Amino acid sequence: MSFLEVTLFLLDGFKISLLIFAVTLLCGAPLGLPIAFCSMSKLKVVKAISKVIVWIVRGVPLMLQIFIIYYVPGLLFNYQLFGQIDRFMYINYGIADAGRITAVLIAFTLNYACYFSEIYRGGIESISRGQYEAGYVLGLTKNQIFRKIILKQVIKRIVPPMSNEIITLIKDTALANCIVVCEIIKQAKELAATKAMIWPLFYTGIFYLLFVGILTIILNKVEKKLSYFRS
Amino acid sequence: MSVLEIKNIRKSFGTTEVLKGISFSLEKGEVLAIIGSSGGGKTTLLRCLNFLELADEGTISVNSKVIYDGADKKGKNDDELRLNRLHFGLVFQSFNLFPQYNVLENVTLAPTLLERGTAQEIENNARALIEKVGLTEKINNYPCELSGGQQQRVAIARALALDPDILCFDEPTSALDPELTGEVLKVIKSLKGHDSTMIIVTHEMEFAKNVADKVMFISDGVIEEIGTPSEVFDNPKSEKTKAFLNKSFEEI
Ligand SMILES: Nc1ncnc2c1ncn2[C@@H]1O[C@H](COP(=O)(O)OP(=O)(O)OP(=O)(O)O)[C@@H](O)[C@H]1O
Ligand SMILES: [Mg+2]
Repeated sequence: MSFLEVTLFLLDGFKISLLIFAVTLLCGAPLGLPIAFCSMSKLKVVKAISKVIVWIVRGVPLMLQIFIIYYVPGLLFNYQLFGQIDRFMYINYGIADAGRITAVLIAFTLNYACYFSEIYRGGIESISRGQYEAGYVLGLTKNQIFRKIILKQVIKRIVPPMSNEIITLIKDTALANCIVVCEIIKQAKELAATKAMIWPLFYTGIFYLLFVGILTIILNKVEKKLSYFRS
Repeated sequence: MSVLEIKNIRKSFGTTEVLKGISFSLEKGEVLAIIGSSGGGKTTLLRCLNFLELADEGTISVNSKVIYDGADKKGKNDDELRLNRLHFGLVFQSFNLFPQYNVLENVTLAPTLLERGTAQEIENNARALIEKVGLTEKINNYPCELSGGQQQRVAIARALALDPDILCFDEPTSALDPELTGEVLKVIKSLKGHDSTMIIVTHEMEFAKNVADKVMFISDGVIEEIGTPSEVFDNPKSEKTKAFLNKSFEEI
């Protein structure tokens, strides 16, 4: 296999890595917000449930969560949900791994939503009471105060920790290969097994590095954009 | 007709009673200075007037209308509280400007959200207020680019933009370096007579003496003494007031 062929073969896998990355970010980031509000709820039950969920999700290895999501429908209901999706999509549309990828996306989204929720909560709780009170004495509603005064200050504060999580996320996508999803590392292992080529495995690092480089530039831009004020 | 009438306000935090029955009234355009030692309940009183704390007992009337009554549910749901707050303005010791907005935006934010006029009217009014507090040059600057004294003057303009019936100041110069207190006090002084009714909690005795129409000395949650500046400063009747005044003038 030529260098170009290997590159294209790995790129096929990296597309799956990027898919997991994008879906987790697009679904997990908004989902984190209601979880954060539940964790700060005045209703003790809601707060307790939310904290327990966050504790479990953050306390258990992500790889184990992927296994749980993937195998539990079969164990509990004797129905291999994700296996069925795999088969259905492959037979009807020629798409491979659809069920497995779905399981990975669910596990990743839940996991990252919980991490994000803790970042949001920290950000929201770090805004001083004086900001809310200044809004109240100006006759603003709670909603207006949150949207027009608090939100942007929170965003500014959570950009650095969110950047860390986002960079961790792209590397975490490699975990998908624990249920044989063909992300980039799985592809490289395939070459090692069938063609006795070990160097593509190391070559995958370049793909991650390039992507993290781009992410870093974008995230720094965002941070810079919010640096016009201090709070 | 009194613009503000307060009757028997009481407030406890847990088992400690902080305000033990405060009653007074203010005429339109009057300036009331509140003095008293630390922990006496001055901040708590202003917070009760602005409904950041809810008084346990007592009534608050504005323009002869009872807007809050500790004894019943009057004025206690979120919407009523919000509307009641509009009778009052509050300038905080720590300014609490909105850091992501520049000077002009800090002043226009609330009137815009409350739809107090067209964008142009609101902006013209804000510009006039910013000029009044002497910050026209800084109109596009952000709070982090201003000195404490300038920030506090913006906070005053922000409060004035809603044209409250009664404007309250909680130690507006206490967080400032001594050389910056003058500019803020000058601005507050300049507001007097524009029929803005003001309540100013302050440790600046000279200022209270010069600007206030009435001075109130609060100690341990009760009004020890209230009267004209000369009555309170020159002929205090209560022993506590005398002791407090002696101490504060000694310090200077
Ligand atoms: N939210 C609160 N919870 C419990 N106690 C409080 C609370 N707010 C104020 N207190 C107490 O109420 C008392 C009066 O406080 P307050 O801040 O009104 O005093 P002050 O006259 O403004 O004092 P200072 O001159 O130091 O500002 C203090 O003993 C304070 O500890
Ligand atoms: Mg105080």
